[in-house]
Amino acid sequence: MSDFEIGGAAPQSVQQAAAAYEVVREMFGGAVSDFDANEFMPFFEVLEPEKWPDIALFMRDHPKLKFNYMACLSGVDYPDDEKLGIVCNLESLGIFGHRIAVKVKCSREGGVIPTVAYVWHTANWHEREAYDMFGMQFSGHPDLRRILCPEDWEGFPLRKDYKVQESYHGIKVPY
Amino acid sequence: MQELGMAEQGSIRVTRKDDNVVVIEKDLATEEMVLSMGPQHPSTHGVLKLECLTDGEVVTSAEPYLGYLHRCFEKHCEMVDYPAIVPYTDRMDYLAGMNNEWAYCIAVEKLLDIEIPRRVEFIRVIVSELNRIASHLVAIGTYAIDLGAFTPFLFCFRDREHILSLLEWASGARMLYNYIWIGGVAFDVPVDFNKRVKEFVDYFRPKAVELSSLLTENEIFVKRTKGIGIMPADVAINYGWSGPMLRGSGVQWDLRRNDPYSVYPELDFRIPVPDGKFTDIGDCLSRHLVRALEIEESLSIIEQCLLKMPGSEGFNPRIAVPKRVRPKAGEVYGRAENPRGELGYYIQSDGKSTKPLRCKARSSCFVNLSAMKDLSKGQLIPDLVAIIGSIDIVLGEVDR
Repeated sequence: MSDFEIGGAAPQSVQQAAAAYEVVREMFGGAVSDFDANEFMPFFEVLEPEKWPDIALFMRDHPKLKFNYMACLSGVDYPDDEKLGIVCNLESLGIFGHRIAVKVKCSREGGVIPTVAYVWHTANWHEREAYDMFGMQFSGHPDLRRILCPEDWEGFPLRKDYKVQESYHGIKVPY
Repeated sequence: MQELGMAEQGSIRVTRKDDNVVVIEKDLATEEMVLSMGPQHPSTHGVLKLECLTDGEVVTSAEPYLGYLHRCFEKHCEMVDYPAIVPYTDRMDYLAGMNNEWAYCIAVEKLLDIEIPRRVEFIRVIVSELNRIASHLVAIGTYAIDLGAFTPFLFCFRDREHILSLLEWASGARMLYNYIWIGGVAFDVPVDFNKRVKEFVDYFRPKAVELSSLLTENEIFVKRTKGIGIMPADVAINYGWSGPMLRGSGVQWDLRRNDPYSVYPELDFRIPVPDGKFTDIGDCLSRHLVRALEIEESLSIIEQCLLKMPGSEGFNPRIAVPKRVRPKAGEVYGRAENPRGELGYYIQSDGKSTKPLRCKARSSCFVNLSAMKDLSKGQLIPDLVAIIGSIDIVLGEVDR
Protein backbone atom coordinates (compact mmCIF):
# COMPACT_ATOMS: atom_id res chain seq x y z
CA MET A 1 0.00 0.00 0.00
CA SER A 2 2.80 2.39 0.75
CA ASP A 3 6.51 2.48 0.13
CA PHE A 4 7.32 2.83 3.79
CA GLU A 5 5.76 -0.30 5.18
CA ILE A 6 8.11 -2.56 3.24
CA GLY A 7 11.22 -0.85 4.52
CA GLY A 8 9.66 -0.09 7.89
CA ALA A 9 11.24 3.37 7.87
CA ALA A 10 8.11 5.49 7.86
CA PRO A 11 8.22 8.53 10.10
CA GLN A 12 6.27 8.07 13.27
CA SER A 13 3.60 10.58 12.27
CA VAL A 14 2.87 8.63 9.07
CA GLN A 15 2.63 5.35 10.99
CA GLN A 16 0.16 6.90 13.41
CA ALA A 17 -1.89 8.26 10.52
CA ALA A 18 -1.88 4.86 8.84
CA ALA A 19 -3.11 3.21 12.03
CA ALA A 20 -5.90 5.77 12.30
CA TYR A 21 -6.80 5.23 8.66
CA GLU A 22 -7.16 1.48 9.22
CA VAL A 23 -9.87 2.12 11.82
CA VAL A 24 -11.81 4.27 9.37
CA ARG A 25 -11.32 1.77 6.57
CA GLU A 26 -12.62 -1.07 8.71
CA MET A 27 -15.82 0.83 9.40
CA PHE A 28 -16.52 2.42 6.04
CA GLY A 29 -14.81 0.04 3.58
CA GLY A 30 -15.30 1.15 0.01
CA ALA A 31 -16.46 4.65 0.89
CA VAL A 32 -12.85 5.72 1.45
CA SER A 33 -9.91 5.40 -0.91
CA ASP A 34 -6.56 3.81 -0.19
CA PHE A 35 -4.22 5.60 2.15
CA ASP A 36 -1.60 7.84 0.56
CA ALA A 37 1.34 7.56 2.96
CA ASN A 38 3.48 10.40 1.71
CA GLU A 39 5.68 11.99 4.33
CA PHE A 40 4.46 15.58 3.89
CA MET A 41 0.74 15.18 4.31
CA PRO A 42 -0.64 11.63 4.58
CA PHE A 43 -4.21 11.61 3.39
CA PHE A 44 -7.11 9.55 2.15
CA GLU A 45 -10.03 10.50 0.00
CA VAL A 46 -13.72 10.07 0.70
CA LEU A 47 -15.09 8.46 -2.47
CA GLU A 48 -18.75 8.77 -1.51
CA PRO A 49 -19.19 12.39 -0.46
CA GLU A 50 -22.64 11.79 1.04
CA LYS A 51 -20.96 9.66 3.73
CA TRP A 52 -18.51 12.43 4.66
CA PRO A 53 -20.47 13.76 7.69
CA ASP A 54 -20.77 10.21 9.08
CA ILE A 55 -17.07 9.62 8.58
CA ALA A 56 -16.30 12.98 10.18
CA LEU A 57 -18.43 12.24 13.23
CA PHE A 58 -16.90 8.77 13.48
CA MET A 59 -13.40 10.22 13.31
CA ARG A 60 -14.18 12.78 15.97
CA ASP A 61 -15.82 10.44 18.46
CA HIS A 62 -14.22 7.02 18.01
CA PRO A 63 -12.16 6.24 21.14
CA LYS A 64 -9.13 5.26 19.05
CA LEU A 65 -9.27 8.28 16.75
CA LYS A 66 -10.55 11.37 18.62
CA PHE A 67 -9.82 13.83 15.84
CA ASN A 68 -11.18 16.70 17.91
CA TYR A 69 -9.39 19.53 16.11
CA MET A 70 -9.79 20.65 12.52
CA ALA A 71 -6.69 22.65 11.75
CA CYS A 72 -7.58 23.72 8.26
CA LEU A 73 -10.10 23.23 5.49
CA SER A 74 -8.93 24.35 2.05
CA GLY A 75 -10.93 24.44 -1.13
CA VAL A 76 -9.10 23.17 -4.20
CA ASP A 77 -9.84 23.28 -7.91
CA TYR A 78 -8.93 20.28 -10.09
CA PRO A 79 -9.68 21.56 -13.61
CA ASP A 80 -8.20 18.47 -15.31
CA ASP A 81 -10.59 16.10 -13.54
CA GLU A 82 -13.50 18.54 -13.82
CA LYS A 83 -13.70 18.50 -10.02
CA LEU A 84 -13.68 20.79 -7.04
CA GLY A 85 -12.68 19.58 -3.65
CA ILE A 86 -11.81 20.28 -0.07
CA VAL A 87 -8.79 19.19 1.93
CA CYS A 88 -9.28 18.91 5.69
CA ASN A 89 -6.31 18.70 8.03
CA LEU A 90 -7.40 16.94 11.18
CA GLU A 91 -5.59 16.41 14.42
CA SER A 92 -6.19 14.75 17.74
CA LEU A 93 -5.23 17.66 19.95
CA GLY A 94 -3.99 16.76 23.37
CA ILE A 95 -5.25 13.17 23.23
CA PHE A 96 -3.24 11.10 20.74
CA GLY A 97 -1.54 13.79 18.72
CA HIS A 98 -1.93 12.01 15.39
CA ARG A 99 -2.70 13.94 12.24
CA ILE A 100 -4.31 13.03 8.96
CA ALA A 101 -5.74 14.84 5.96
CA VAL A 102 -9.03 13.99 4.27
CA LYS A 103 -10.02 14.95 0.75
CA VAL A 104 -13.57 15.19 -0.54
CA LYS A 105 -14.32 15.97 -4.16
CA CYS A 106 -17.41 16.96 -6.06
CA SER A 107 -18.18 17.82 -9.67
CA ARG A 108 -17.22 21.23 -10.98
CA GLU A 109 -20.68 22.35 -12.04
CA GLY A 110 -23.30 22.27 -9.30
CA GLY A 111 -21.15 20.15 -7.05
CA VAL A 112 -22.41 19.50 -3.55
CA ILE A 113 -20.49 18.37 -0.47
CA PRO A 114 -22.35 17.75 2.78
CA THR A 115 -21.32 20.12 5.53
CA VAL A 116 -19.36 19.13 8.62
CA ALA A 117 -19.98 22.44 10.40
CA TYR A 118 -21.97 20.49 13.00
CA VAL A 119 -18.99 18.25 13.72
CA TRP A 120 -16.29 20.90 13.99
CA HIS A 121 -17.28 24.54 14.44
CA THR A 122 -14.10 25.48 12.55
CA ALA A 123 -15.63 24.13 9.38
CA ASN A 124 -18.42 26.70 9.47
CA TRP A 125 -16.39 29.70 8.30
CA HIS A 126 -13.92 27.65 6.30
CA GLU A 127 -16.73 26.11 4.26
CA ARG A 128 -18.16 29.58 3.69
CA GLU A 129 -14.74 30.64 2.45
CA ALA A 130 -14.45 27.61 0.17
CA TYR A 131 -17.90 28.37 -1.23
CA ASP A 132 -16.95 32.00 -1.67
CA MET A 133 -13.80 31.17 -3.60
CA PHE A 134 -14.76 28.01 -5.51
CA GLY A 135 -18.54 27.87 -5.64
CA MET A 136 -19.23 24.36 -4.43
CA GLN A 137 -22.34 24.03 -2.28
CA PHE A 138 -22.24 22.66 1.24
CA SER A 139 -25.59 21.02 1.83
CA GLY A 140 -26.98 21.50 5.30
CA HIS A 141 -24.67 24.38 6.14
CA PRO A 142 -26.28 26.68 8.73
CA ASP A 143 -25.32 29.94 7.04
CA LEU A 144 -23.86 29.52 3.56
CA ARG A 145 -23.06 33.04 2.40
CA ARG A 146 -20.02 34.65 0.91
CA ILE A 147 -17.58 35.66 3.60
CA LEU A 148 -14.65 37.58 2.10
CA CYS A 149 -16.06 38.85 -1.20
CA PRO A 150 -19.10 41.14 -1.36
CA GLU A 151 -22.37 39.27 -1.51
CA ASP A 152 -23.17 40.43 -5.03
CA TRP A 153 -19.77 39.55 -6.47
CA GLU A 154 -19.89 37.52 -9.67
CA GLY A 155 -17.94 34.34 -10.17
CA PHE A 156 -15.66 32.37 -7.93
CA PRO A 157 -12.19 33.94 -7.83
CA LEU A 158 -9.96 30.97 -7.08
CA ARG A 159 -11.23 28.78 -9.89
CA LYS A 160 -8.49 28.37 -12.46
CA ASP A 161 -10.68 29.66 -15.30
CA TYR A 162 -11.96 32.69 -13.40
CA LYS A 163 -12.48 35.85 -15.41
CA VAL A 164 -12.89 38.97 -13.35
CA GLN A 165 -16.06 40.95 -13.92
CA GLU A 166 -15.81 44.17 -15.96
CA SER A 167 -17.40 46.49 -13.45
CA TYR A 168 -18.81 46.36 -9.96
CA HIS A 169 -21.44 48.98 -9.11
CA GLY A 170 -20.04 51.24 -11.80
CA ILE A 171 -16.43 50.81 -10.69
CA LYS A 172 -14.02 49.42 -13.25
CA VAL A 173 -12.61 46.24 -11.73
CA PRO A 174 -9.48 45.17 -13.68
CA TYR A 175 -6.89 47.79 -12.94
CA MET B 1 -56.49 60.79 39.05
CA GLN B 2 -55.86 63.12 36.21
CA GLU B 3 -54.65 62.15 32.85
CA LEU B 4 -52.08 64.28 31.11
CA GLY B 5 -53.20 64.01 27.54
CA MET B 6 -50.17 65.71 26.08
CA ALA B 7 -47.82 63.11 27.43
CA GLU B 8 -49.60 60.23 25.82
CA GLN B 9 -47.14 59.46 23.10
CA GLY B 10 -46.51 56.08 21.67
CA SER B 11 -46.65 53.51 24.35
CA ILE B 12 -45.68 55.75 27.29
CA ARG B 13 -48.57 56.98 29.40
CA VAL B 14 -47.96 59.59 32.06
CA THR B 15 -50.59 60.08 34.75
CA ARG B 16 -50.74 62.24 37.85
CA LYS B 17 -52.30 61.05 41.07
CA ASP B 18 -54.00 63.28 43.57
CA ASP B 19 -51.01 63.65 45.82
CA ASN B 20 -49.04 64.98 42.89
CA VAL B 21 -47.16 61.80 42.23
CA VAL B 22 -46.43 61.34 38.56
CA VAL B 23 -46.84 57.80 37.34
CA ILE B 24 -45.21 56.83 34.11
CA GLU B 25 -46.57 53.63 32.69
CA LYS B 26 -44.39 52.08 30.08
CA ASP B 27 -45.58 49.60 27.60
CA LEU B 28 -42.35 49.65 25.69
CA ALA B 29 -41.78 47.49 22.73
CA THR B 30 -39.46 44.64 23.63
CA GLU B 31 -38.38 43.73 20.15
CA GLU B 32 -34.64 43.54 19.61
CA MET B 33 -32.72 46.44 18.22
CA VAL B 34 -30.05 46.09 15.56
CA LEU B 35 -26.85 47.84 16.53
CA SER B 36 -24.14 47.98 13.94
CA MET B 37 -20.61 48.24 15.31
CA GLY B 38 -17.99 49.06 12.77
CA PRO B 39 -16.45 48.80 10.23
CA GLN B 40 -14.85 51.98 11.55
CA HIS B 41 -15.31 51.35 15.22
CA PRO B 42 -12.10 51.90 17.15
CA SER B 43 -12.60 48.95 19.45
CA THR B 44 -12.76 46.48 16.60
CA HIS B 45 -9.02 46.88 15.91
CA GLY B 46 -9.46 47.44 12.22
CA VAL B 47 -12.27 47.12 9.76
CA LEU B 48 -14.53 44.56 11.33
CA LYS B 49 -18.26 45.01 11.35
CA LEU B 50 -20.36 43.44 14.05
CA GLU B 51 -24.08 43.37 13.58
CA CYS B 52 -25.43 43.04 17.08
CA LEU B 53 -28.97 42.28 18.08
CA THR B 54 -29.52 43.94 21.42
CA ASP B 55 -32.21 43.62 24.01
CA GLY B 56 -31.64 46.78 25.97
CA GLU B 57 -28.03 46.64 27.03
CA VAL B 58 -27.72 42.91 26.49
CA VAL B 59 -26.38 41.52 23.24
CA THR B 60 -28.41 38.58 22.07
CA SER B 61 -26.32 37.88 18.99
CA ALA B 62 -23.36 39.43 17.23
CA GLU B 63 -22.62 38.45 13.67
CA PRO B 64 -19.19 39.44 12.35
CA TYR B 65 -18.90 40.67 8.77
CA LEU B 66 -15.46 40.37 7.24
CA GLY B 67 -13.76 41.08 3.99
CA TYR B 68 -13.20 44.82 4.15
CA LEU B 69 -9.45 44.22 4.01
CA HIS B 70 -9.48 41.30 1.59
CA ARG B 71 -6.46 41.64 -0.66
CA CYS B 72 -6.66 38.34 -2.54
CA PHE B 73 -3.56 36.79 -0.95
CA GLU B 74 -4.40 33.34 -2.25
CA LYS B 75 -5.08 34.57 -5.77
CA HIS B 76 -1.80 36.48 -5.84
CA CYS B 77 0.04 33.35 -4.69
CA GLU B 78 -0.99 31.51 -7.84
CA MET B 79 0.59 34.23 -9.98
CA VAL B 80 4.02 34.76 -8.43
CA ASP B 81 6.99 32.49 -7.73
CA TYR B 82 7.48 30.84 -4.37
CA PRO B 83 10.06 33.33 -3.01
CA ALA B 84 7.93 36.28 -4.13
CA ILE B 85 5.13 35.19 -1.83
CA VAL B 86 7.20 35.96 1.26
CA PRO B 87 6.52 39.74 1.16
CA TYR B 88 2.80 39.05 0.79
CA THR B 89 2.81 37.01 3.98
CA ASP B 90 4.23 40.02 5.83
CA ARG B 91 1.15 41.96 4.97
CA MET B 92 -1.24 39.43 6.46
CA ASP B 93 -0.51 39.81 10.14
CA TYR B 94 1.42 43.04 9.93
CA LEU B 95 2.18 43.04 13.63
CA ALA B 96 4.14 39.79 13.43
CA GLY B 97 5.71 39.74 9.99
CA MET B 98 8.65 37.56 10.96
CA ASN B 99 6.43 34.80 12.28
CA ASN B 100 4.30 34.84 9.13
CA GLU B 101 7.32 34.56 6.87
CA TRP B 102 8.72 31.79 8.95
CA ALA B 103 5.57 29.69 8.85
CA TYR B 104 5.45 30.02 5.08
CA CYS B 105 9.13 29.11 4.72
CA ILE B 106 8.64 26.08 6.96
CA ALA B 107 5.90 24.83 4.65
CA VAL B 108 7.94 25.30 1.46
CA GLU B 109 11.11 23.93 3.02
CA LYS B 110 9.22 20.77 3.94
CA LEU B 111 8.40 20.26 0.27
CA LEU B 112 11.93 21.15 -0.86
CA ASP B 113 13.66 19.02 1.75
CA ILE B 114 16.62 21.32 2.33
CA GLU B 115 18.84 21.55 5.36
CA ILE B 116 18.94 24.92 7.08
CA PRO B 117 22.26 26.14 8.57
CA ARG B 118 22.21 26.10 12.33
CA ARG B 119 22.99 29.77 12.74
CA VAL B 120 20.08 30.65 10.46
CA GLU B 121 17.74 28.71 12.73
CA PHE B 122 18.91 30.68 15.74
CA ILE B 123 18.59 34.00 13.91
CA ARG B 124 15.06 33.02 12.95
CA VAL B 125 14.14 32.13 16.51
CA ILE B 126 15.56 35.39 17.86
CA VAL B 127 13.82 37.67 15.37
CA SER B 128 10.55 35.77 15.67
CA GLU B 129 10.55 35.87 19.43
CA LEU B 130 11.37 39.57 19.35
CA ASN B 131 8.47 40.01 17.00
CA ARG B 132 6.25 37.94 19.27
CA ILE B 133 7.02 40.30 22.15
CA ALA B 134 6.30 43.32 19.95
CA SER B 135 3.01 41.81 18.87
CA HIS B 136 1.95 40.94 22.40
CA LEU B 137 2.85 44.47 23.49
CA VAL B 138 0.43 45.87 20.92
CA ALA B 139 -2.19 43.36 21.98
CA ILE B 140 -1.86 44.27 25.64
CA GLY B 141 -1.60 48.01 24.99
CA THR B 142 -4.64 48.24 22.76
CA TYR B 143 -6.59 45.97 25.07
CA ALA B 144 -5.91 48.38 27.91
CA ILE B 145 -7.12 51.26 25.74
CA ASP B 146 -10.31 49.37 24.96
CA LEU B 147 -11.00 49.16 28.65
CA GLY B 148 -10.13 52.78 29.35
CA ALA B 149 -6.54 52.62 30.59
CA PHE B 150 -4.29 54.82 28.52
CA THR B 151 -0.93 54.62 30.30
CA PRO B 152 -0.08 50.97 29.60
CA PHE B 153 -0.53 51.64 25.90
CA LEU B 154 2.21 54.28 25.99
CA PHE B 155 4.49 51.99 27.99
CA CYS B 156 3.93 49.21 25.45
CA PHE B 157 4.63 51.36 22.44
CA ARG B 158 7.74 52.85 24.02
CA ASP B 159 9.23 49.37 24.49
CA ARG B 160 7.96 48.06 21.19
CA GLU B 161 9.91 50.83 19.52
CA HIS B 162 13.15 49.25 20.77
CA ILE B 163 12.22 45.96 19.14
CA LEU B 164 11.25 47.59 15.88
CA SER B 165 14.60 49.41 15.81
CA LEU B 166 16.42 46.13 16.36
CA LEU B 167 14.49 44.41 13.60
CA GLU B 168 14.97 47.40 11.33
CA TRP B 169 18.68 47.19 11.96
CA ALA B 170 18.71 43.54 10.97
CA SER B 171 16.33 43.60 8.02
CA GLY B 172 16.02 47.19 6.85
CA ALA B 173 12.30 47.49 7.51
CA ARG B 174 10.22 48.22 10.55
CA MET B 175 7.19 46.06 10.01
CA LEU B 176 7.19 44.42 6.59
CA TYR B 177 10.53 42.69 6.67
CA ASN B 178 10.97 40.13 3.87
CA TYR B 179 13.86 38.92 6.02
CA ILE B 180 13.28 35.18 6.39
CA TRP B 181 13.73 33.58 3.00
CA ILE B 182 13.11 30.07 1.80
CA GLY B 183 16.25 28.23 2.90
CA GLY B 184 17.86 31.04 4.86
CA VAL B 185 17.64 34.67 5.83
CA ALA B 186 18.24 37.72 3.68
CA PHE B 187 21.30 38.97 5.60
CA ASP B 188 23.34 37.89 8.55
CA VAL B 189 22.54 39.93 11.65
CA PRO B 190 24.71 43.06 12.04
CA VAL B 191 27.88 43.05 14.13
CA ASP B 192 27.01 43.60 17.79
CA PHE B 193 23.37 42.69 17.16
CA ASN B 194 23.50 40.04 19.85
CA LYS B 195 24.95 42.53 22.30
CA ARG B 196 22.15 44.98 21.65
CA VAL B 197 19.52 42.26 21.95
CA LYS B 198 21.01 41.26 25.28
CA GLU B 199 20.90 44.88 26.38
CA PHE B 200 17.27 45.05 25.37
CA VAL B 201 16.40 41.87 27.28
CA ASP B 202 18.07 43.22 30.40
CA TYR B 203 16.30 46.55 29.99
CA PHE B 204 12.92 45.02 29.28
CA ARG B 205 12.76 42.38 32.04
CA PRO B 206 11.81 44.84 34.82
CA LYS B 207 9.58 46.80 32.42
CA ALA B 208 7.59 43.65 31.66
CA VAL B 209 6.99 43.12 35.36
CA GLU B 210 5.98 46.75 35.74
CA LEU B 211 3.61 46.51 32.79
CA SER B 212 2.10 43.36 34.14
CA SER B 213 1.49 44.87 37.55
CA LEU B 214 0.00 47.97 35.96
CA LEU B 215 -2.80 45.94 34.47
CA THR B 216 -3.26 42.63 36.22
CA GLU B 217 -3.16 44.27 39.62
CA ASN B 218 -5.55 46.97 38.58
CA GLU B 219 -8.92 46.55 40.25
CA ILE B 220 -10.89 48.13 37.42
CA PHE B 221 -9.14 46.11 34.76
CA VAL B 222 -9.72 42.86 36.62
CA LYS B 223 -13.38 43.69 37.18
CA ARG B 224 -13.87 44.41 33.52
CA THR B 225 -12.29 41.16 32.36
CA LYS B 226 -12.69 38.50 35.02
CA GLY B 227 -15.48 36.07 34.28
CA ILE B 228 -16.27 37.72 30.96
CA GLY B 229 -16.43 35.71 27.76
CA ILE B 230 -15.67 32.32 29.25
CA MET B 231 -14.81 29.63 26.74
CA PRO B 232 -14.60 26.04 27.99
CA ALA B 233 -11.63 24.03 26.78
CA ASP B 234 -13.50 21.42 24.74
CA VAL B 235 -15.55 24.03 22.89
CA ALA B 236 -12.38 26.02 22.24
CA ILE B 237 -10.77 22.97 20.64
CA ASN B 238 -13.87 22.28 18.59
CA TYR B 239 -13.75 25.86 17.37
CA GLY B 240 -10.15 25.32 16.31
CA TRP B 241 -8.75 27.91 18.65
CA SER B 242 -5.01 27.99 19.07
CA GLY B 243 -2.30 30.06 20.64
CA PRO B 244 -2.96 32.26 23.69
CA MET B 245 -6.70 31.87 23.18
CA LEU B 246 -6.58 28.11 23.62
CA ARG B 247 -4.05 28.31 26.42
CA GLY B 248 -6.31 30.83 28.14
CA SER B 249 -8.90 28.05 28.29
CA GLY B 250 -6.40 25.91 30.15
CA VAL B 251 -5.15 23.68 27.34
CA GLN B 252 -1.39 23.42 27.45
CA TRP B 253 -0.89 23.39 23.71
CA ASP B 254 1.93 25.13 21.92
CA LEU B 255 3.21 24.11 18.51
CA ARG B 256 6.73 25.00 19.58
CA ARG B 257 6.46 22.12 22.02
CA ASN B 258 3.77 19.84 20.60
CA ASP B 259 4.78 19.88 16.95
CA PRO B 260 8.33 21.12 17.35
CA TYR B 261 10.14 22.83 14.52
CA SER B 262 13.52 24.50 14.14
CA VAL B 263 15.67 24.48 17.31
CA TYR B 264 12.82 24.76 19.81
CA PRO B 265 13.39 21.23 21.18
CA GLU B 266 16.79 22.42 22.46
CA LEU B 267 15.35 25.39 24.27
CA ASP B 268 13.89 25.41 27.70
CA PHE B 269 10.68 27.33 28.17
CA ARG B 270 7.39 27.02 29.98
CA ILE B 271 3.96 27.11 28.41
CA PRO B 272 1.92 29.36 30.70
CA VAL B 273 -1.68 28.39 31.28
CA PRO B 274 -4.02 29.86 33.90
CA ASP B 275 -4.35 27.82 37.08
CA GLY B 276 -7.74 29.18 38.07
CA LYS B 277 -6.58 30.84 41.28
CA PHE B 278 -6.54 34.39 40.04
CA THR B 279 -8.79 34.12 37.01
CA ASP B 280 -11.76 32.08 35.90
CA ILE B 281 -10.24 29.68 33.40
CA GLY B 282 -11.15 30.66 29.87
CA ASP B 283 -12.18 34.26 30.52
CA CYS B 284 -10.76 37.44 29.03
CA LEU B 285 -8.41 37.94 31.95
CA SER B 286 -6.87 34.48 31.43
CA ARG B 287 -6.16 35.26 27.82
CA HIS B 288 -4.57 38.56 28.77
CA LEU B 289 -2.52 36.87 31.47
CA VAL B 290 -1.24 34.21 29.08
CA ARG B 291 0.06 36.92 26.77
CA ALA B 292 1.72 38.77 29.61
CA LEU B 293 3.44 35.60 30.83
CA GLU B 294 4.47 34.61 27.32
CA ILE B 295 6.48 37.79 27.00
CA GLU B 296 8.70 36.60 29.83
CA GLU B 297 9.09 33.17 28.25
CA SER B 298 10.08 34.77 24.95
CA LEU B 299 12.72 36.82 26.75
CA SER B 300 14.16 33.67 28.25
CA ILE B 301 14.14 31.92 24.83
CA ILE B 302 16.03 34.85 23.32
CA GLU B 303 18.64 34.73 26.08
CA GLN B 304 19.21 31.01 25.55
CA CYS B 305 19.55 31.52 21.80
CA LEU B 306 22.15 34.23 22.29
CA LEU B 307 24.23 31.78 24.32
CA LYS B 308 23.81 28.80 21.99
CA MET B 309 24.08 30.58 18.66
CA PRO B 310 27.09 29.53 16.55
CA GLY B 311 29.54 32.25 15.50
CA SER B 312 29.47 34.05 12.19
CA GLU B 313 32.85 32.81 10.85
CA GLY B 314 32.46 31.57 7.32
CA PHE B 315 28.71 31.97 7.57
CA ASN B 316 26.68 32.65 4.47
CA PRO B 317 23.02 33.25 5.29
CA ARG B 318 22.00 32.42 1.72
CA ILE B 319 24.00 29.21 1.32
CA ALA B 320 20.91 27.02 1.36
CA VAL B 321 18.67 29.45 -0.51
CA PRO B 322 17.73 27.67 -3.74
CA LYS B 323 18.38 29.54 -6.98
CA ARG B 324 15.12 28.36 -8.40
CA VAL B 325 12.40 27.10 -6.11
CA ARG B 326 10.66 24.23 -7.82
CA PRO B 327 9.38 21.75 -5.22
CA LYS B 328 8.50 18.22 -6.16
CA ALA B 329 4.88 17.40 -6.75
CA GLY B 330 2.87 17.04 -3.60
CA GLU B 331 0.92 18.78 -0.94
CA VAL B 332 2.03 20.01 2.40
CA TYR B 333 0.49 21.63 5.42
CA GLY B 334 3.18 23.54 7.29
CA ARG B 335 2.49 25.51 10.41
CA ALA B 336 4.11 27.48 13.17
CA GLU B 337 3.15 29.11 16.42
CA ASN B 338 2.31 32.72 15.74
CA PRO B 339 1.63 35.29 18.48
CA ARG B 340 -2.05 34.80 17.71
CA GLY B 341 -2.07 31.06 17.32
CA GLU B 342 -1.48 28.46 14.70
CA LEU B 343 -0.63 29.92 11.33
CA GLY B 344 -0.67 27.22 8.68
CA TYR B 345 -0.09 27.15 4.96
CA TYR B 346 -1.55 24.48 2.76
CA ILE B 347 0.56 24.40 -0.41
CA GLN B 348 -0.04 22.30 -3.47
CA SER B 349 2.75 21.91 -5.99
CA ASP B 350 2.59 20.19 -9.37
CA GLY B 351 6.33 19.59 -9.54
CA LYS B 352 6.81 21.49 -12.81
CA SER B 353 5.95 25.08 -12.13
CA THR B 354 7.79 27.61 -9.98
CA LYS B 355 4.42 28.86 -8.77
CA PRO B 356 2.19 27.02 -6.34
CA LEU B 357 -0.99 25.53 -7.69
CA ARG B 358 -2.74 26.49 -4.51
CA CYS B 359 -1.56 28.26 -1.41
CA LYS B 360 -4.05 28.61 1.37
CA ALA B 361 -3.29 30.45 4.56
CA ARG B 362 -4.96 29.12 7.67
CA SER B 363 -5.18 32.28 9.65
CA SER B 364 -5.33 32.04 13.40
CA CYS B 365 -7.39 35.21 13.87
CA PHE B 366 -9.94 34.07 11.31
CA VAL B 367 -10.55 30.89 13.24
CA ASN B 368 -10.46 32.55 16.65
CA LEU B 369 -12.92 35.20 15.53
CA SER B 370 -15.41 32.61 14.29
CA ALA B 371 -16.37 31.91 17.90
CA MET B 372 -17.52 35.53 18.31
CA LYS B 373 -21.18 34.69 17.78
CA ASP B 374 -21.23 32.19 20.62
CA LEU B 375 -18.99 34.21 22.90
CA SER B 376 -21.07 37.36 22.70
CA LYS B 377 -24.42 35.80 23.48
CA GLY B 378 -25.91 37.37 26.59
CA GLN B 379 -23.07 39.80 27.22
CA LEU B 380 -23.37 43.50 27.83
CA ILE B 381 -22.25 45.85 25.07
CA PRO B 382 -19.19 47.13 27.01
CA ASP B 383 -18.21 43.51 27.66
CA LEU B 384 -18.47 42.84 23.95
CA VAL B 385 -15.64 45.30 23.49
CA ALA B 386 -13.64 43.48 26.16
CA ILE B 387 -14.20 40.18 24.34
CA ILE B 388 -13.15 41.48 20.93
CA GLY B 389 -10.03 42.95 22.47
CA SER B 390 -9.14 39.69 24.17
CA ILE B 391 -9.36 37.77 20.88
CA ASP B 392 -6.60 40.09 19.65
CA ILE B 393 -7.53 40.14 15.99
CA VAL B 394 -5.49 41.65 13.21
CA LEU B 395 -7.86 42.20 10.35
CA GLY B 396 -5.07 41.92 7.82
CA GLU B 397 -4.83 38.27 8.74
CA VAL B 398 -8.54 37.64 9.07
CA ASP B 399 -9.31 38.91 5.57
CA ARG B 400 -5.97 38.14 3.92
